[in-house]
Amino acid sequence: MDASSLAAIWLTCKLAALVTALLLLIGTPIAWWLTHTRSRLKGPVGAVVALPLVLPPTVLGFYLLLCFGPQGFIGGAMDAVGLQRLPFTFAGLVVASILYSLPFVVQPIQNAFEAIGRRPLEVAASLRATPLDAFFSVAVPLARPGFVTAAILGFAHTVGEFGVVLMMGGNIPGKTQVLSVKIYDYVENGDYAQAHWLAGGMVFFSFIVLLLLYGGRGRGAWSR
Amino acid sequence: MEARFRVAYPGFTLDVDLDLPEKGVTALFGPSGSGKTTVLRCVAGLERAPGGFLAVAGKVWQDDANGIFLPTHERPLGLVFQEASLFPHLSVRGNLEYGMKRAGNARGEGFDTMLDLLGIRALLARDPGRLSGGERQRVAIARALLTRPRLLLLDEPLAALDMKKKQEILPYLEALRAELDIPVLYVSHAPDEVARLADHLVLIENGRVAASGALMETLARLDLGAALTDDAGVVLETTVAAHEADDLARLEFPGGRLYVSGHLRPPGSRLRCRIRASDVSLALGAHSDTSILNLLPATVVAVAGAETPGHSLVQLQLADGGPLLLARITERSRRALAIAPGMAVVAQVKSVALL
Repeated sequence: MDASSLAAIWLTCKLAALVTALLLLIGTPIAWWLTHTRSRLKGPVGAVVALPLVLPPTVLGFYLLLCFGPQGFIGGAMDAVGLQRLPFTFAGLVVASILYSLPFVVQPIQNAFEAIGRRPLEVAASLRATPLDAFFSVAVPLARPGFVTAAILGFAHTVGEFGVVLMMGGNIPGKTQVLSVKIYDYVENGDYAQAHWLAGGMVFFSFIVLLLLYGGRGRGAWSR
Repeated sequence: MEARFRVAYPGFTLDVDLDLPEKGVTALFGPSGSGKTTVLRCVAGLERAPGGFLAVAGKVWQDDANGIFLPTHERPLGLVFQEASLFPHLSVRGNLEYGMKRAGNARGEGFDTMLDLLGIRALLARDPGRLSGGERQRVAIARALLTRPRLLLLDEPLAALDMKKKQEILPYLEALRAELDIPVLYVSHAPDEVARLADHLVLIENGRVAASGALMETLARLDLGAALTDDAGVVLETTVAAHEADDLARLEFPGGRLYVSGHLRPPGSRLRCRIRASDVSLALGAHSDTSILNLLPATVVAVAGAETPGHSLVQLQLADGGPLLLARITERSRRALAIAPGMAVVAQVKSVALL
């Protein structure tokens, strides 16, 4: 494996870890809100969160590019306050990946919150726990299996993305060139041996992830 | 304790106005769907009845007219639900400490007493998943009480348990009743539990308070007897006087005595028993040629129609200043014997339920 492959692997891991951490922070309040709200916005918000599940990644990437580009309303605003534009940067990859992997993190957590129901929170309140206290001392521990699943899916899905990354990040070695793009590069240049290393590695990685998910479930470690 | 709640749900309106004693067990009794659990949830602050008012031990918990509504976690109450509600991610000890810490009882005041009172000392290190249903409820009750609440709310705490487990937990509840100096609201639809534990009875029907008062007097009311149908009957507070040689125990109460079979508590102890109206028949004179042991001289106070077609409910006064009794007899017998208020009769008690 050459140095550029290793750089792509390192970049991918860095991206996936950062995105997973940010997604857990962003996705948890969204999942909590979706579980407990009686607002009419529940349906529309849930649908928007789930959009990346059905949209071709290139569609998402295309609109992100437009939004964050110099003519886009976010990109223009960022220009105005002197921030670096996001397309073709690592930060751009992070933003795109967060949007793209959001449903894979929100949904397991939301399912876990829904499975807990209101009763344990009512019990906690009767034991003088404030809502925030009850969230951390009861809801989060009880939803742990959901968080584990969410983290694994969020990480794996970010590692596996291609279309969004290509549109938003481009293919800059060491900066935005992630694994999946690198494989595409090798194949295009006819370097099948290098492509095999990375592609085979991805198959192995994905298998291990799924084994962890389903194997763990079978043992009842994550599902209650 | 004062509570006024009025909420309209689709197809159901809750409208209660309660003034309850600050001590003792008050049973909220009624059929399922009558709204008794909703009352409890309103008291706990888990449900908000707009425009409601609630004051407990002189403190206002809800007064919407003045914009006061304490959220549940700011109300000093203990709450035990019907089904096991222990936190599965904490041990029994962790569950007990969860409330203690948050209620400012970190030093564990009353911890040891509570462990003994509810018989859960041996369970401390266990996982809630490995407890029996009765054990779980005992831990849940201890957990609630260790927050040193000003009010204990029990929402059918025994309903999910089978007969045997119920019998196992009832003595603990009775012991608790004697120890507690805070009011207890006990939601139940089981007449035996109410008869055994309650001091006061609030009968709830279709979201309204049908009756509210001291347990024994309320149960003996004729108008409610009709509403309670098969559950109509009274509760007597007796003392075990003696165990006689032929395996019968003599129970005494002001105004009479009852013989019951079975090995009971030692002489001198208090025992509640319940006499259903349908287990009482009437005779005009004392017969010595009957197999029924318990013949109680009584005076007819009032007669009313029973819910059961063709039957009458008769309210009887046992001896002078003794307790009231209800008898359910057929309309035909009532006419044949010409039962009317003021008449002296003999109540034949066919069976006595010991509680």
